[in-house]
Order: sequence, then structure tokens, then C-alpha cells
Amino acid sequence: MIDFGFFREIFQSINKNKLRTLLSGFTVAFAIMLFAILFGVANGLQNSFNTAFAGDANNSIFIFSGRTTKAVAGMQTGRKIQFDNELYETLKKEYKNDIEFISGRVYKNLTASYKDEKSAYTIRAVNPDHQFIEKTDITRGRYINQLDLKNKEKHIVIGKLVWEDLFKGKDPIGKYIDLSKIKYKVVGLFVDKAEGSDSNEERIIYMPITTAQQIYGNNDYIDQINLTFNPSMTGDQAIAFSNKLKRRIKQIFTIAPEDQAAVRIRNQAQELENTAQFNSVLSILVLIIGFGTLIAGIVGISNIMIFIVKERTKEIGIRKALGAPPSSIKLLITFESILITSISGFLGLIAGSLILDSMKDILKEYFITDPGVSTQLVVLATITLVIAGTLAAWLPANRASLIKPIDALRDE
Amino acid sequence: MVSIKNLHKSYKMGDSSLHVLKGIDLNIEEGEMVAIMGSSGSGKSTLLNIIGILDEHDKGEYTLDGVEIRNLNEKKAAQYRNKFLGFVFQSFNLINFKNALENVGLPLYYQGLGRKERQEKALFHLEKVGLKDWATHLPNELSGGQKQRVAIARALASQPKLLLADEPTGALDSTTSAEIMQFLQQLNDEGKTLLIVTHETDISKMCKRVVRLKDGVIMEDKKIKQVRVKL
Repeated sequence: MIDFGFFREIFQSINKNKLRTLLSGFTVAFAIMLFAILFGVANGLQNSFNTAFAGDANNSIFIFSGRTTKAVAGMQTGRKIQFDNELYETLKKEYKNDIEFISGRVYKNLTASYKDEKSAYTIRAVNPDHQFIEKTDITRGRYINQLDLKNKEKHIVIGKLVWEDLFKGKDPIGKYIDLSKIKYKVVGLFVDKAEGSDSNEERIIYMPITTAQQIYGNNDYIDQINLTFNPSMTGDQAIAFSNKLKRRIKQIFTIAPEDQAAVRIRNQAQELENTAQFNSVLSILVLIIGFGTLIAGIVGISNIMIFIVKERTKEIGIRKALGAPPSSIKLLITFESILITSISGFLGLIAGSLILDSMKDILKEYFITDPGVSTQLVVLATITLVIAGTLAAWLPANRASLIKPIDALRDE
Repeated sequence: MVSIKNLHKSYKMGDSSLHVLKGIDLNIEEGEMVAIMGSSGSGKSTLLNIIGILDEHDKGEYTLDGVEIRNLNEKKAAQYRNKFLGFVFQSFNLINFKNALENVGLPLYYQGLGRKERQEKALFHLEKVGLKDWATHLPNELSGGQKQRVAIARALASQPKLLLADEPTGALDSTTSAEIMQFLQQLNDEGKTLLIVTHETDISKMCKRVVRLKDGVIMEDKKIKQVRVKL
């Protein structure tokens, strides 16, 4: 029954009834186009959001100190809380099962010079674990190691931009840089992929934390403690862990439990949770919009199909009088619908993609990166519409194929 | 060819029912040319539709070419219509987006014939009704008489045993009507069995037998001397 002649019948019907074809095709194409654009824009929004919050290891916890704002145990407010090696060792020992990597940080701003080149950079004095917390990629040489720490070596690892400034692309490994009159040997070169090329992260110089403590203060002070929690923890467990850390530190330094400023913790798990929440709200919104568009398309195509069958009732009567079995009537109308919806769905998909592509640069200004929608999803949407169109055609076609030919012939 | 015994048909109209055919007995032999006469509402079109398996009867017996027609499903009905019957309607009922040749070829398509064979046969029948040169014209490019001749060619294309015509000249002027009737007479001369529903006495006189219906019963059924159409 479905042979070449059958398709010739359909093509003739499509071809000779252009307005009808155009009407139903446009509905489907438009719905798919809107679907692709809306989903693409929403995806772009999510992309921007995700890149904005990516960067460091996503199980990292940063601990900062400040001044107390609440008087406690006879001590005044405004007392400066100073982290030190003892705290570092305590945390490392007490929470060794919960902590994956841990590093202190000491900050210095120094002028670096090599031969005739000279510039000011931020120095981060760290423990070897820091490499994994910050996701630092070593491209040449090595990172700060335990031996550097033990011997308080004057070794440094420089960022890509520092290297470009001072060495102009020459091999820096083994060369000596002046940091405020003290010579340091360059042992490594790094890039920061997570933050993206040419970010300020690559303008940093790393050195062993013990070296900085001795040379720039002769103390054991630490400005900040960074760590990553055990990756097997859930988000909730991680948040509980960071609260536990905070309580412990407050206890060590005798800080009022309700003091918010003396010890601050930034927990990536918390931020991830916020991002995830925003993302899920966005996803739900996108789903509602997407389904709305699809439903509008389904309703549209259903209406048109009912109209088409109504319009063709007399033709159906004639065909039946001439000996068309009901099945051929049903197939004729249904296949016509399938053909129109799939072709126009495909055209809508192309139109949507082209529009998204052409708007890429404009959209970038509106916090929308790489708008795009997975082919799978749009194909799925198209299939949904094709199925809807098929059903929408099948039901009235079925009814029409079963009415008595004499009633169909009387239809005007 | 056609054997009808005590045939009844009523239509439901809301709560009441309209008894249209009240016990029809009719036999039509091969090669006959029968006119069914009657005023509107007499049930003549209903009878034709039942004979044409376009509608179903409620009670009684109807045998077409030895096959009892009773509670057919749509598929079987379509098959019989295609095999046994050819229809000519008052309003032509051509498919307006198909040209004359394609319209004539449509019953052959439903017989499962290939495209080439269809076109050959359709062209043969178009030639028979004198419209070979109009094969590629759409119905709206044809006159009323031409449309009816295309419809006749289409009815003949499947080589039916029985040709049913419902007011075939109802929408045509008298000259064109005469042309069509002459052609139908010619078909009957060739041995085709014809059943023509009409309310015009002139037309009925051009047949060989007149069945007069009134209020759903046959009032009169007689053979007449056929008036030959002369143009």
C-alpha cells in the first residue's frame, strides 16, 4: 500500500495545496525555531554562570582572619587574630581524615627584576599542597616541594605573564630573579587554565612559605589557610565540616561564637550549592518555556490538521466512492502530516541555529556565552512535534475514513 | 445483476425516525437501462446510494452480481464499489487538484495498477468520451458537460458491471444534457447496465425501463420504448 504511487499521491496533494502546506509547515517550523532559540539562550546564560564560578578546586575552603567585633573573656573588641604555623599543624592533625590538601598562604608585594626588566608582583608563599588547591599547571620545571620548605630555599615558581614580562620568552628555569634585592632561583613556570589565559593568576610568584616567614618577618605567621575537603563528602557534609572548622578556630583563639568578622570561611561547596540552585531554577524556567513552546506548536498543528481533514472530507468521500479502503485514506493524510512536520521541523531547527549563531556576539554583551542547544534535544523536540502532528492527523483522519461515503460526499 | 427484496431504510432524526424506503422489490438484469423516477423525498437517491454501497439498508435483501450485500465493513465495501460499480454524480465530484487524466486514473490506482498502465487506460477512456486533448486540464478549466464526461470516463475506467448515475444531467443545460444522455445510451448499446436517477420525464424516456417511486414504495415499474437521442 505504501509504494511509489502512494508518495506521488502525497506529493501531489502537498504541491497542489500550497497554502495548506505552508500554514502547517510554518506552525511547526516556528515552534521548533523558538524552541531552539529559547533553549540556546538559556543554555548560554548557564554557560556564563558556570564559567564565572569555576576556577579553583570545587571542594576548596578558604579561611581568613580579621579583627574581633565582640568582647569575650575579658578581652577587648578589635583584637587582631593572627594565624600561625601552630594553627596550621593543629588543623592538619585534627582533621586529617576530612582534609585532602592544606596550605598556608603568606602574601607579599615585591618588585622583581631580571637583567633590565623590572616590575611589581604579588608573592604567594605557600606549602606544596597549594598546587592542587589552586589547580596550578606546571608547564616547565617543578612546583615548590617539601625539601624547599624544609631548607627554606630561595626558590620560586613564576606565572606565565611574569615570565613574558621578565624573560621575553627565554627559558627561565635555573635563572635568578631579584626580589627586592634578594636573589631567587626560578624552579618552575605555571599557567592557570581554570581562570583562563592572561588572567591575573598568571602574574603571581610562588615561594616556600617557610622562606617568606623567615626573610620577611622572622615569625611563623600565616595570612590565610586554604584547604580542600575530602571529595567523598556531600555538599551538606562539607558545609557542616566548614562550620566545625570555624568553631574550632574560634575556640583556639578565644573568639565569641557569634563573632562574624574574626574568622571568615569561604566554602566552595556553599557557592556550588548556590550556583546549582540558580541553575536548577533556570533549568525549570527553560523547561517551562520549552514545553510551552512545544505545546503551542502541538495545539497549532492539531488545529491545522483538524481543519485540513475537514476541508478534505469531500475528497475523502470521492476517493471512497471510487474504492479507496479506509486504511489508504488514513495513511494518505497521516503521511502527509509526517512529511510536512518533519521537513518543516528540520527547517525550523536550521533557522533557529542560524539565528542563534548570528546573534552570538550581541548576546555576549548580555551575559550569554556560547548559546546553543544540543542537536539531540532539538531533534527530540522535532520528533515530539512530528508525533503530535501524526496523532493530530490520525485521529480526525481515522474518523473521516470511517464515515459513510454518502455523508462525506454531501459535505460542502 | 441487482436483486432487491423487501428493502427498508430509515434515518434517525433526533428522537423520531424517518422511514424513507418501505419495502422495495427490484430486479435489474444485465444490459438494462433503468430510470428511477420520483419527486424529491421519494427515496430515489437513497435507493441508488444503497445499490451503490454508499449507504446501508436496515432490512431486506440486496444481492449484487450474486454477492449478498449485508453488514460489509468499509474495506470490503470499498472493494466492491471499486470492482462492481461506477458512479456519476450530479455535481461531478471530480478532485479539483487533479487533472482530467489523474481523476480518471484514480479508481485504477485503488485497483493497484501501475502508473503506466493507469495512464494508458485512463487515456483510452478519456478518448472514448472525446476529451483526449483535455487530459492535462484541471476540472476548473473544463465546462460542465466536459466535467460530466470526465466523471463518466472515471466511472468506466474500472470497467464496472453497473453504472450508477444520480441526476447526471441535473447541473447541465439541455443541449449538454442530450449529449450526455446520447453517450449513456451508446454505453448501454455496448452492453453496459445503467441505473439513472432523475426527476425529469424527458430523461426517463431515454431509458428502457422506468421505475416510479413515491413515498418510499414503487408505484410503477414498466418497460418503455426508448427514445433515441438525436443531436
